Amino acid sequence: MATLWGGFLRLGSLLSLSCLALSVLLLVQLSDAAKNFEDVRCKCICPPYKDNSGHIYNKNISQKDCDCLHVVDPMPVRGPDVEAYCLRCECKYEERSSVTIKVTIIIYLSILGLLLLYMVYLTLVEPILKRRLFGHSQLIQSDDDVGDHQPFANAHDVLARSRGRANVLNKVEYAQQRWKLQVQEQRKSVFDRHVVLS
Amino acid sequence: MMDFLEEPIPGVGTYDDFNTIDWVREKSRDRDRHREITNKSKESTWALIHSVSDAFSGWLLMLLIGLLSGSLAGLIDISAHWMTDLKEGICTEGFWFNHEHCCWNSDHVTFEDRDKCPEWNSWSQLIISTDEGAFAYIVNYFMYVLWALLFAFLAVSLVKVFAPYACGSGIPEIKTILSGFIIRGYLGKWTLIIKTITLVLAVSSGLSLGKEGPLVHVACCCGNILCHCFNKYRKNEAKRREVLSAAAAAGVSVAFGAPIGGVLFSLEEVSYYFPLKTLWRSFFAALVAAFTLRSINPFGNSRLVLFYVEFHTPWHLWELVPFILLGIFGGLWGALFIRTNIAWCRKRKTTQLGKYPVVEVLVVTAITAILAFPNEYTRMSTSELISELFNDCGLLDSSKLCDYENRFNTSKGGELPDRPAGVGVYSAMWQLALTLILKIVITIFTFGMKIPSGLFIPSMAVGAIAGRLLGVGMEQLAYYHHDWAIFNSWCSQGADCITPGLYAMVGAAACLGGVTRMTVSLVVIMFELTGGLEYIVPLMAAAMTSKWVADALGREGIYDAHIRLNGYPFLEAKEEFAHKTLAMDVMKPRRNDPLLTVLTQDSMTVEDVETIISETTYSGFPVVVSRESQRLVGFVLRRDLIISIENARKKQDGVVSTSIIYFTEHSPPMPPYTPPTLKLRNILDLSPFTVTDLTPMEIVVDIFRKLGLRQCLVTHNGRLLGIITKKDVLKHIAQMANQDPDSILFN
Repeated sequence: MATLWGGFLRLGSLLSLSCLALSVLLLVQLSDAAKNFEDVRCKCICPPYKDNSGHIYNKNISQKDCDCLHVVDPMPVRGPDVEAYCLRCECKYEERSSVTIKVTIIIYLSILGLLLLYMVYLTLVEPILKRRLFGHSQLIQSDDDVGDHQPFANAHDVLARSRGRANVLNKVEYAQQRWKLQVQEQRKSVFDRHVVLS
Repeated sequence: MMDFLEEPIPGVGTYDDFNTIDWVREKSRDRDRHREITNKSKESTWALIHSVSDAFSGWLLMLLIGLLSGSLAGLIDISAHWMTDLKEGICTEGFWFNHEHCCWNSDHVTFEDRDKCPEWNSWSQLIISTDEGAFAYIVNYFMYVLWALLFAFLAVSLVKVFAPYACGSGIPEIKTILSGFIIRGYLGKWTLIIKTITLVLAVSSGLSLGKEGPLVHVACCCGNILCHCFNKYRKNEAKRREVLSAAAAAGVSVAFGAPIGGVLFSLEEVSYYFPLKTLWRSFFAALVAAFTLRSINPFGNSRLVLFYVEFHTPWHLWELVPFILLGIFGGLWGALFIRTNIAWCRKRKTTQLGKYPVVEVLVVTAITAILAFPNEYTRMSTSELISELFNDCGLLDSSKLCDYENRFNTSKGGELPDRPAGVGVYSAMWQLALTLILKIVITIFTFGMKIPSGLFIPSMAVGAIAGRLLGVGMEQLAYYHHDWAIFNSWCSQGADCITPGLYAMVGAAACLGGVTRMTVSLVVIMFELTGGLEYIVPLMAAAMTSKWVADALGREGIYDAHIRLNGYPFLEAKEEFAHKTLAMDVMKPRRNDPLLTVLTQDSMTVEDVETIISETTYSGFPVVVSRESQRLVGFVLRRDLIISIENARKKQDGVVSTSIIYFTEHSPPMPPYTPPTLKLRNILDLSPFTVTDLTPMEIVVDIFRKLGLRQCLVTHNGRLLGIITKKDVLKHIAQMANQDPDSILFN
């Protein structure tokens, strides 16, 4: 039963990962297709010439029209001077995707915000809640070194993980407790004993 | 080798944390699995499909790794770009735009002042509505330092609360993991999330660190997490390491936009065993990652890296002299940096300094931000600095470095001749010299702190500054003294001889090579950055010189030095063992130690075995025929014994403490009314590696390296004498090299 569950979970995670990958590609294509008119530009930099000071011209124009004659408007010089003026100008075609930038920044800030909230909850709110609900049983008590002091207790742990748990809520709580223990172990190795990643 | 007739107990064949895997066992397991699938595929269509999908799963996995790494790299690049500019101001048109993108569509950008536009408001403009004056400068300064401290504080708190393994560069630990070590949680999903988020924060806080090393860690995390979707890779540690090598290549590929360089980096620096099949798959993963990043287009114009170089001006043979000088500088700086950084990290590890990681990060950030703001070259992000230094000055560039006096009449075909430096260039030189000193000093204290920190970009910055200074110096020398003998032959007046941008690039390569001791991969990464083969000779000259100079001053690169500092059990594959010791000098037990702890094949009870397990900490026990004969049967691992005995006590009827354990094919003859026996033959390794006691240690070290052994049994005249473990080999090598053998931790 557990192996069937495990198989389903793995299939589900594989499918969701493929969906995520495909959606990333799709988003990229979409942002390409629904190209904002303002997301392409031709930038011409023209240095000072005779009496005119230097100027920068921007225009939202396609790549084939990206040259001095289309972009520099109004032309500051007349007649034969136009060619001399345009020879000095440097025109470059650039494009970007403002939708991608917006979506990325919003995704990043929301993940950062969620993590900060969870961090505040874990460090400040949860100890207060636990103190209020004193006496509520905790699933895993041991706080000390999960080393090889009791090798057979660890074996029990390994075997227990392979069996299924009945209650979903219990499972979530159990997983969270296990994760907290893991992080505590990691914190000890990195910050206290300086054994890894000094 | 293993008995597959019975259903394997879950947990047998897995490894404890901080242990080394058994490469031979994993590889043979994979071959067995493959053989089983191939044999079954002839039976039914479903089995045939299964075998085809099994072969195809490796490629699908590479595709997924490339997609995920590319997307994460795009996220990191865009967010870091935005957050770096957040220290200086905010865009009123949409808060998600950084400075450059905010002024992208603006019509009010002037020729003289190309950075300013009304849509972008600096903090002083928002707070006191003006940008001029001393008070505005102080407000900007204050906000800059405040934002830097906030980002650094968030980064270190997130690392401490959620994933302590996310700090540091990650490459030394990944090297150790790829050589067979297990660090549980180092490549897990929480480490991935926290590393991605805090990397952006750390880079944005203005600290002198880069994101290339951590990107390799992020890519390897992606690889490890995606392995869980495929049975073939989830259950086999050796196959998983092949995937991690490919993921590391994808990581470097997105960091530099250099797929081939990424594969070579993975081959040269990170991987331990790199079979030929992995080469092609790594290339595929690196290409997919680079393609994904290109589609996300973080820097516009389909460039993958901020400092992509686009010039192709030629160089002259005489210029090899300054290039070699830059190589020597790179080597000297590399050796100095490694020595000082390791000394500082050792201090952090052993003294009180290590007890206050959050305070340390905040202090270093405060110092960096306070010293960085006044100088415009330290205020900008290091990638932008490198990009500006690599840039070849055109006629219309407005930066201070390009402020040359244009005393010529015509420009032939876009090529500018060498020009005398204007006032801007001289002041830029002074500022760059100060930047160089600041970066050299502060990077020593930054690398190794408890936030994700990489080392490639700061080293490249140091090298680029030194190179540009030398290049501008050479250029002015060539202009003012074009009649000297060295310049006369190739640099006539009015010609474009010297390109300071090229010097900056060569300097960057030299410094990076001096620190990391990369050779081929460095040159390939640099020439993929420039898009051409013209500069291969200068790059190779500088890289080789810097490696030789740095090797003369110190044996190891920065990553190997950190591996040795942390005491990881990493058996260096590149060095020769040159001493004449024998196997019996290294084996345990030594002369005065108690005898080797062995199990007999059919005369020990469950209680005896349990006593041995609880009294000793050995990770495995040899099994002999009997204590008198000491003839070897096989080797059994501690973890497998524990799990099997526990399982037997629960599941098998009648197994008690006085039950006999036997490792033979058939149960030994037992008198009646004795409790049932316990067969543990399926966890016994029937082909352990043995050497005789007079085998030279050169050969033993070679065997350990080439086969990836954990332990090797020593026999004398056919009888079991002792055991040599990987830890013993490492201690012996350390002893022979006069290092402290007690610094090797872990089993």
